[in-house]
Amino acid sequence: MAEILKLVEVRKLYPVKRRVFSLRVRDFVHAVDGVSFSVDKGEIFGLVGESGCGKTTTGKLIVKLVDPTSGQIFLNGQNVVLIRRGKPLQDFRRAVQMIFQDPYESLNPRFTIFDTVAEPLMIHGVRSLSEREALVAEILAQVGLTPPETFMFRYPHELSGGQRQRVAIARAMVIRPKFVVADEPTSMLDVSIRAGIMDLLLNLRAELGISYLYITHDLAVARYMCDRLAVMYLGKIVELGPTEEVIQNPLHPYTQALLAAVPVPDPTYKREPPNIKGDVAAPINPPPECRFLPRCPKAQEICAHSPHPPLEDAGGGHFVACYLAGTWKNTA
Amino acid sequence: MPLLDVKNLTMHYTTKMGDVHAVDDVSFAIEPGEAIGLVGESGCGKTSIALTLLRLLPDNAKFLGGSVLFEGVDIVRIPEEEMRKIRWRGISMIFQAAMNSLNPVYRVGDQIIEAIQTHFPIDYQAARRRVAELFDLVGLAPELMDRYPHEYSGGMKQRAVIAMALACAPKLVIADEPTTALDVIVQDRILRRIDEVRKELNMAMLYISHDIAVIAEVSQRIGVMYAGNLVEFADTVTIFKNPAHPYTIALMSAFPSIKGEKRKLQGLPGEPPDLLRPPSGCRFHPRCPYATAVCTESPPEYREIQPQHYVACWHPHLGRS
Repeated sequence: MAEILKLVEVRKLYPVKRRVFSLRVRDFVHAVDGVSFSVDKGEIFGLVGESGCGKTTTGKLIVKLVDPTSGQIFLNGQNVVLIRRGKPLQDFRRAVQMIFQDPYESLNPRFTIFDTVAEPLMIHGVRSLSEREALVAEILAQVGLTPPETFMFRYPHELSGGQRQRVAIARAMVIRPKFVVADEPTSMLDVSIRAGIMDLLLNLRAELGISYLYITHDLAVARYMCDRLAVMYLGKIVELGPTEEVIQNPLHPYTQALLAAVPVPDPTYKREPPNIKGDVAAPINPPPECRFLPRCPKAQEICAHSPHPPLEDAGGGHFVACYLAGTWKNTA
Repeated sequence: MPLLDVKNLTMHYTTKMGDVHAVDDVSFAIEPGEAIGLVGESGCGKTSIALTLLRLLPDNAKFLGGSVLFEGVDIVRIPEEEMRKIRWRGISMIFQAAMNSLNPVYRVGDQIIEAIQTHFPIDYQAARRRVAELFDLVGLAPELMDRYPHEYSGGMKQRAVIAMALACAPKLVIADEPTTALDVIVQDRILRRIDEVRKELNMAMLYISHDIAVIAEVSQRIGVMYAGNLVEFADTVTIFKNPAHPYTIALMSAFPSIKGEKRKLQGLPGEPPDLLRPPSGCRFHPRCPYATAVCTESPPEYREIQPQHYVACWHPHLGRS
């Protein structure tokens, strides 16, 4: 399948100012540190990991809310890092959209639903009001806010959380983007509503051929939504592969621990505690060795004396960044 | 005798727009040392029940009927001074968003010492020793008691809040979404620790959460709430393997899992009702695939359909598995 998005060695460092006596020291948070992956047309690519692992920063880099410190990001073969202003930027904004986590924060409370959903159309030059109305009505129906006329002139406070998230999805989809970054789009929603929103996103992919980067901390949600999955730890991708393959046969000790920690909605299933030490460190000026070394239950001599391991193919498109992967049987 | 016996509890909030039917005719019991889970979606009344048990409700809350017997004493009818003795020592609570329930300008240890000294006539050094024990119990290094909350990580703060809830050796601890803001690995450690402590101290727990997977792992019996009503109550295996209420069944099929076959999820049609104007009859009927005329007319009785399996439904599903 054709590739729509490609990241090559993308890094984003945030400076943190600190004073040591009178010396000013500049430290860097390595939010995203040498991340490479590509997403195919029509694919849902999941990015999972704990808070602070860099998954949201990666999403922001892709939609150009922040610029990378180094590295390249290609959309349909065009290097988007070089896009600065004018028509190319406008075309980029039209092609790439984002859906945010919290539908209570992401909608302007003074805008009607029509204003919110029609705003991207205004910006992208749909001048005729009747045309805008037709497009908004069409997308509202598509996201399940039917009949559209009853929703168009209401305000966000009149809608439930699930309905608001549908509005946010409609706003992202109304200009027919090619690529959508969805950052935890269901984590604020109730269980009974969540499945509906996930199915909506899956249907829109099928109907409109959109590709997604799906960011989530919830592995069960990622399993349901994503074709392929990348697991991040402190700014690095530690494992990447087809979703079922990563879930059923995790190769990195961090992925194994993460999966072992997920509660299972089945009282007859007895889950062993995850095999992992300590807590997540802040990624400020991290040492050159494997990021996971301080917490790794399986680390050996080689891990302490080598740089962070590269992401290597373990077969069948399943990549893992671990010197020892494959030397043990999966115990997770 | 159960440790806590809630009978026909009804509590509404008065607002400018009318009464919010937050908790309606809820009955359940907790035995000493038992772990009970209450699940339901936002606004279903589960936190309101917790606040009623501790009598920490806001001023606009109206208690309309029923009783809450704690060790045989009806705690909704005793004077406030009596209630103050029960809080912390009898029933204590681990609050939602523990990050914000510590005072930022006091050392963490001192905050717990204050709680202990309020309830027990012991000196500062003895209280300090008790805090050191509690820190050890929840898996925090005792040296941390002289630090301030901002020096703690999220998981450490949650542990400190749990230590505080255990400070006066309560018989019942209510945990309202105790790990919702935490990452899974930290969540796993904390839930395991709470469960070990519960067994060690023979303490009863009331877990409140929207996450049925968490509730499945920590509870012996589960109550399912919908729109202010308790709709089903049974042991954990029955709730998961043999649910009788259509809402419980729906909740189970809406929840993804990383284990087993990947299956299609089934969302529920519609939205939870507005509790200012709850639907007539059974409150779930507008979203229920099995609703009939009787469901729209009168509320179903909460009854025992099988031993220790309570359901409020006109058409409960029996014998499925």
